[in-house]
Amino acid sequence: MGTVAVHGLRKSFGKVQALDGVTLDVPDGSFFVVLGPSGAGKTTTLRAIAGLEKLDAGSVHLDGRDATGDTPAARDLAMVFQSYALYPRHTAYENIASPLRARRCSPSEIAAAVEQMSSLLHIERLLQRRPAQLSGGEMQRVALARALVRRPRAFLMDEPLTNLDLKLRVEMRTELTRIHRSLGATFVYVTNDQVEALSMADQVAVLKEGKVQQVGTPTEVYERPANQWVAGFVGSPPISLLACHAEGDRLVGAEGWTLPRPHWTTAEDGRPLLLGLRAEDLSVEQRGDASLSGELYGLEPLGDRTVVDVRVGTEILKVKARTTVSGTPGERLLVTVDLDRAHVFDARTGLALSEAGR
Amino acid sequence: MAVSVDEVVPTGPVRDHTRPARRLGGRGRSVLEVALLTVLAVVMLFPALWMIETSIKENRDVYAIPAKFFDFKVTMDHFKDVFVASGGGRSALSVSFLNSVVVAGVSTVLATVLGVPAAWAYSRFGVKAKKDQLFFILSTRFMPPVVVVIPIFLMYRQVGLIDSKLGLILIYAAFNVPFTIWMMKGFVDEVPAEYEDAAMLDGYTRLQAFWRFTLPLLLPGIAATAVFALIFSWNEFVFAIFLTSSDDVRTAPPAIAGLIGGTTVDWGLVAAASVVFALPVLVFAYLVRKHLIAGVTLGAVRR
Repeated sequence: MGTVAVHGLRKSFGKVQALDGVTLDVPDGSFFVVLGPSGAGKTTTLRAIAGLEKLDAGSVHLDGRDATGDTPAARDLAMVFQSYALYPRHTAYENIASPLRARRCSPSEIAAAVEQMSSLLHIERLLQRRPAQLSGGEMQRVALARALVRRPRAFLMDEPLTNLDLKLRVEMRTELTRIHRSLGATFVYVTNDQVEALSMADQVAVLKEGKVQQVGTPTEVYERPANQWVAGFVGSPPISLLACHAEGDRLVGAEGWTLPRPHWTTAEDGRPLLLGLRAEDLSVEQRGDASLSGELYGLEPLGDRTVVDVRVGTEILKVKARTTVSGTPGERLLVTVDLDRAHVFDARTGLALSEAGR
Repeated sequence: MAVSVDEVVPTGPVRDHTRPARRLGGRGRSVLEVALLTVLAVVMLFPALWMIETSIKENRDVYAIPAKFFDFKVTMDHFKDVFVASGGGRSALSVSFLNSVVVAGVSTVLATVLGVPAAWAYSRFGVKAKKDQLFFILSTRFMPPVVVVIPIFLMYRQVGLIDSKLGLILIYAAFNVPFTIWMMKGFVDEVPAEYEDAAMLDGYTRLQAFWRFTLPLLLPGIAATAVFALIFSWNEFVFAIFLTSSDDVRTAPPAIAGLIGGTTVDWGLVAAASVVFALPVLVFAYLVRKHLIAGVTLGAVRR
């Protein structure tokens, strides 16, 4: 078993409200990612689960039992810190052995467990080194081994890949997913990297300013963002948002353009809306019924594809295109819109309009 | 006529012109620096040198006019007198040195044992009105100790701590605890709290986490702080002379001062006692010289 549930977490640091009623339910065995920009309260949430942070309000339940007042040791969790927090005067071996020593395991058990972990993470030859003699990636592996050497209720990971270079980060992503699958344990994983969230998670909770914005599978969060902010935070290049309002069966843009109104939008005429269009749902190469007219603003070749910036009035649309696309800035362009995949948000509340109805 | 070297150097590329100028300026400054530092060193070190010379001169050479700097007979009699009484047995001075060791040592241990956990607590926990508390603790150091000598004297007389080593130990510890807290808080702040967080998740209690993972990292800081406290207690004079009177209790500073003031002063003995008194401080300061500088400049650099 390894369920983690937090309810109504509140925590302020002086005048800053770090957590403002965070409620999350982490199912047993899931890879649960808490995603948000820096300062969203992700780390505080994780520390609250670990018992390292005294809460102003709220409760933490582990395996269905109230653990709000328990010490970190009593909670039976393991954590990987962003800074790794390896004990500087201990060798890698002693670092990995520490959770077992604290729980008074026998020396033979410890030796066996450390050996198993170090072969799983390919760090056998590093065991006698101290943290200062390890590279960032090696420290990360040792920190991971220290967490994985036990079988706790759940593993907490605080941006464990942030301090690694890109290549290593991609490698470790795959490795962590593999480890999660082979252990079948509950992972609560904090990151500000949406690619990590989308590629690794079973469930993503998007956090902003201490409030949960949306919880769902990566597909749900990407395809059906609950509000304008989630739509803008998840996805790269970021979603383009155009101000508009409904008029009968048309959407009329603030810049004068019109598009057929998607049948599932429920907004009454005249209400200010935001039309959200992802780069891959726009095209400058195909022709369709719904299109916007604009001018070429710039080209961003990314190797496998090119992002075309198209200026519509005063707003910039990001359009994904093949690398063969070309043009000169200022050139008139027609952008075809896949309206079935468009998102419509209430401009005042930012909430998605009847996403569920489609 | 004054012509600077710069002016006679033929003009060439800018680099060639400025480089020698800068080097000359640098050399000129370093010559001045060395000269000033030499003067300062002579002024500072002369009394120490004179003390050492006097301690190994015979008494008639001590009073010789003109002063004998080099051509005197070396004798160790004064050092013998420091430790051995004239009739044999232990001298009063040797007892006072022993008292100094006990008082300074015990008060330093006491201040460290109380101050280090307090510093840890102030560094790690959200203590209520933390800044006010720390300011209050620091404020006890603003006051010159002399100001409270009379009240302390009266209090000590009431509770029977007058003329006791325990009394001196307590007052020195009281002065050193605030210092220890402040200095150690700086060192604790430097140790990431995440080591303790990690240890607690490993399964240790908070105190075990402190003891096993943070304390070993603090040892250099503790050593430096303890030496500062030790030097303070070792050198302290005002409280020692007011609160103690008997030879059994008196520490070295008032005991050495007590050698002066009779009809004749045995300067050789005074100097020898002073040398013996100064040595431990020199040795300790040498041992922790790296940390002394770290302690002095602590917080000056943002890391």
